Amino acid sequence: MSQGNSQSSKVQTTGHVWDGDLQELNNPLPAWWLWAFYATIIFSVVYWVAYPAWPLGKGFTTGIATITYKNDKGVEKTTHWSTRALLMKDLQDAREKQKPYFDKVAATPYEQISKDPELSNFVASAGKVLFSDNCAACHQSGGQGKMAFAPNLTDDDWIYGGTHDKIQASIANGRHGIMPAKGGADLNEGEIESLANYVLSLSGEPMDAAKAKAGDELFHGKATCLACHGADGKGNKDIGSANLTDKIWLWADVPAQDSADKKVAVVKAVITSGLNKGVMPAWNSRLSADQIKLLTVYVHDVLGGGSNK
Amino acid sequence: MDHGKIEKNLGLMLVLTMFAISIGGLVEIVPLFFIKGTVEDVRNADGIKMVRPYSPLEQRGRDIYVREGCYLCHSQMIRPFRDESMRYGHYSLAAESQYDHPFQWGSKRTGPDLARVGKKYSNEWQVQHLIAPRSMVPESVMPNYPWLLTTALDTSDVADRMTALRVTGVPYSVNKAEFDNNVKEFGADVAKQLHIPDAQKNLIEQAQTGKYDGNAADVTEMDALVAYLQVLGTMVDFSKLDNDNFVKFR
Ligand code: HEC
Ligand code: HEC
Ligand code: HEC
Repeated sequence: MSQGNSQSSKVQTTGHVWDGDLQELNNPLPAWWLWAFYATIIFSVVYWVAYPAWPLGKGFTTGIATITYKNDKGVEKTTHWSTRALLMKDLQDAREKQKPYFDKVAATPYEQISKDPELSNFVASAGKVLFSDNCAACHQSGGQGKMAFAPNLTDDDWIYGGTHDKIQASIANGRHGIMPAKGGADLNEGEIESLANYVLSLSGEPMDAAKAKAGDELFHGKATCLACHGADGKGNKDIGSANLTDKIWLWADVPAQDSADKKVAVVKAVITSGLNKGVMPAWNSRLSADQIKLLTVYVHDVLGGGSNK
Repeated sequence: MDHGKIEKNLGLMLVLTMFAISIGGLVEIVPLFFIKGTVEDVRNADGIKMVRPYSPLEQRGRDIYVREGCYLCHSQMIRPFRDESMRYGHYSLAAESQYDHPFQWGSKRTGPDLARVGKKYSNEWQVQHLIAPRSMVPESVMPNYPWLLTTALDTSDVADRMTALRVTGVPYSVNKAEFDNNVKEFGADVAKQLHIPDAQKNLIEQAQTGKYDGNAADVTEMDALVAYLQVLGTMVDFSKLDNDNFVKFR
């Protein structure tokens, strides 16, 4: 760099010399850069005055900027700036924006909500978000349910009842249907086989008629299945015992089996081991009463299949 | 000092450089140890601390969480933003990770935040989802962890692990005086779980009564991991507090 050499004669150097002739130039900083640097220093002083900044023993300088917000109890508070207070303000603003809707949902009887186009739009969009975040992992994204895991919420078959109140109770308090192994009775292999054939006969599935007849007697006699599933096998919505007379199965995957033998086998498996894994978590500690009401209407009217009796 | 001297002395330059670049960190971090309320003191009406150290089983679950690298896809830190609090719940408190060494806040969300996943789903769901995530959530990209269900949990060293955590300040107890103090701070039931001499016994008992992996007989890694997941974010009962209760700590 011959040019560098000639420049070095004009510009001041730092005085360091390496290898005899290598020198370090001491060019002044570009003016724009220097002024930008001073500006950041001025900015930081303004920032220190306005916002929490310097530690002071057990506390810190809080700054003069303030945030005023209302908490969920409606108490108004003013405090120095902090991200937590800022969130309270955001939540308050959001609450106030959605308030007319939530107030209306809260004040409108269930049956009326689906008749009001504005409200049902609100329920459909807000409900979909809540459902995807909280329910879809089990009931799947369209609410169609999952065999041997969680029931279909779009059909008109309800384990615990399809009225708004029953759906609300299912969501708020959770559900956990329990059936003891062998229905709690002392049954041998042959008796279980007979019962399985009887259960299949209730919903018109192919089976062995002679065994089903023996199963009929056991169901209403020694095996005491009727105590929970009712004499007609239609189940009891208060305890969530399945309706055995329809074509809808949750635990025994009867529809997927291609032969009568396999159908018997899956029903036998359920009777033999009982059921204890149908756990629907309670949501009343995680979601607000408003959100649960919204979801109730979403499940009843948007996913469909809700009943009014 | 003449800077010629510094530039010609590598050792001195290293020390002074490290000092210069640590000023920022020291100014930001050290005061937090002295400022009251950095770690919020959260107690029930009866003075019992809401946030407690993990039980031996939960702590082993946490070790497996770290071993499997779950933190590479999941954060455990709900920030105080509106969208996050709507989706995940109340923002995370410093108090809630005070017994985490190291904390699992994470910085990558391929999957959702897990800071409040406890009790959100059933044990059955957690087990099935860990074995085969796509069987529950078809579009999931989470890997399968089938071995957790078939691998027996090594329980032999749990007391050693707790002893190591004790050094970092987690109040696991080794003697009567410490145990009694834990009874005062956390209540009798929790204090029992925190007693190191009983760690292995407590661990096996919790795994067998808790029905985490659906099989009471054996203690698997799945028992531990699900027990850990189910306690995440559940210790502070926010329903007992105003929604702005924690503003005053900042
Ligand atoms: C951990 C899995 C899981 C999650 C998450 C879940 N559910 Fe469920 N849900 C179930 C199971 C299992 C049942 C059936 C319980 C039984 O048979 O005893 C059920 C039952 C129900 C029922 C009663 C159905 C009937 O036929 O009577 C409703 C309504 C319902 N869930 C709605 C919801 C809503 C809304 C959400 C989200 C807030 C949700 N569920 C989240 C697993 C879940
Ligand atoms: C203590 C009450 C109780 C008794 C007794 C009982 N059940 Fe059940 N049963 C239930 C409940 C509750 C469910 C649904 C569980 C759930 O959804 O989590 C169920 C479900 C079933 C199912 C599964 C239905 C499906 O959708 O897949 C079959 C099959 C069945 N029971 C047959 C029987 C037979 C046969 C007997 C007599 C040996 C019997 N049950 C005795 C409570 C009972
Ligand atoms: C490659 C990234 C990845 C890794 C590694 C990973 N996950 Fe996930 N996880 C996801 C994604 C994506 C989802 C969302 C879809 C789903 O539910 O499967 C998820 C969902 C979850 C959920 C459900 C959260 C909710 O609120 O619905 C839990 C619990 C979970 N993961 C636990 C774990 C655990 C425990 C590990 C370690 C053993 C782990 N994950 C490792 C990507 C990952």
